[in-house]
Amino acid sequence: MRFTRVLRMSAAVAALGLAAACGGAGANADKPLLDRVKESKKLTIGIKYDQPGLGRRTPDGKFQGFDVDVAKYVAKELGVDESAITFKETPSAQRENMIEKGEVDFIVATYSITDARKKKVSFAGPYFIAGQDLLIRAEDNEITGPDSLNGKKLCSVKGSTPAQKIQKDYSHEAQLQEYGGYSECITQLLNGTVDAVTTDDVILAGYATQNSGKFKLVGKPFTEERYGIGLRKDDKAGRDAINKAIQKMIDEGVWKQALEKNVGPSGYKIPAPPEITEK
Amino acid sequence: MDFLSRYDLLGAFWVTVQLTVFSAIGSLVWGTVLAAMRVSPVPLMRSFGTAYINLVRNTPLTLVIIGASLGLYSTLGVALVERESPTFIEDNNFWLAVLGLVVYTATFVCESIRSGINTVPAGQAEAARALGLGFGQTLGIVVLPQAFRSVVAPLASVLIALTKNTTVAAAIGVAEAAGLMKEMIENESDKILVVFGVFAVGFVLLTLPTGLLLGWVAKKMAVKR
Repeated sequence: MRFTRVLRMSAAVAALGLAAACGGAGANADKPLLDRVKESKKLTIGIKYDQPGLGRRTPDGKFQGFDVDVAKYVAKELGVDESAITFKETPSAQRENMIEKGEVDFIVATYSITDARKKKVSFAGPYFIAGQDLLIRAEDNEITGPDSLNGKKLCSVKGSTPAQKIQKDYSHEAQLQEYGGYSECITQLLNGTVDAVTTDDVILAGYATQNSGKFKLVGKPFTEERYGIGLRKDDKAGRDAINKAIQKMIDEGVWKQALEKNVGPSGYKIPAPPEITEK
Repeated sequence: MDFLSRYDLLGAFWVTVQLTVFSAIGSLVWGTVLAAMRVSPVPLMRSFGTAYINLVRNTPLTLVIIGASLGLYSTLGVALVERESPTFIEDNNFWLAVLGLVVYTATFVCESIRSGINTVPAGQAEAARALGLGFGQTLGIVVLPQAFRSVVAPLASVLIALTKNTTVAAAIGVAEAAGLMKEMIENESDKILVVFGVFAVGFVLLTLPTGLLLGWVAKKMAVKR
């Protein structure tokens, strides 16, 4: 009966491990952000890992981008050292859930402030206002804005807000290719099988920076996306503290520097800083 | 639940059904051909069959389907429908997804059929050969009909797996159920559980009757030995 004993033991170990894995994050997750920070001097911040210029994990495990810089600045203002930040990937569809479960303290990940999301989480900011734009090949002179899409092929991410906008307003003139991520769209744009990639201008600027010289932005945004920092619902003190940090970042000019460093090389015109409205 | 009426749920599941049906037909045909290759007396065909199956069966489906879109279409320029058509992208993606699903699912169909061939007593093939039938006739008239009758149940499992695998087609933008689910999660982020529930129920409604029906067929068809 040796075999069953081994089985039983390993089952117990597995169950313990599972309990530990689940319980780990939730231990003090119920406390407001500021209390947690004061106690532990640590932060877990949700970002994107795959958006060049905004939130990207480099092959050597470092994090870079405008969202990352905002996250670091806010953390510093909350009194948390850069080395005490744990970055965690927060894919679009899981963001509300990860905040509610306390897996992350807050999220800086091209997170648009919308009413549906506000039912589940609170937002600070906006720290940036983006707009849907078109990224085209550098030698393309035909596409000059959303009105010159007749017969063109566009690419965006499946189910995303920009993709839905194209389907709703431009589907009679342009065809839409959808993929799971923007990198596939960029490949098709390079191959010439689509004519433009469309999503928020600052995201496109990140890709243009990454593939320097091959692409250009049209520069006529036709929607408004307000990026906020998502945190637990009704954590007012936490939100005010983050808002203060964002305002300070803008006032000190660090905000502009961060943008110039991360997306400036693409030729993207950096907009005026937003007014903080989520109070 | 009223937010559901804003979305074309039936349309999305209809695309799922179409993907499933076309891919099922394609993979049944290609899978049978592969099975014939794997038991054929020609060494080259046997080794092709074995190599194909071991390669494709162990490749993630997402890779196969994205490969069809980015590699076959975008890079190599192979389009499956008329390029000038106003719905070119939509139709091309659909057929690329079907192609990917056929290429992948056929390996499982082939292995099911091959296991069915093994249930046919060797005496059957020997008797057929003694009557002077060639390899094609032995396989087509004597062995495969008996083999198919014993693999209806495993093929039903493959079909159910295929139905669920069609969700991978969302990765290249086919407007099937999983694609609509992504859209709904984006817009209705406060009702994620309801959205998940609706799609889970949708898939159960597709697969459960398939399983029950084919289970019954399998019992009826089985060769009593």
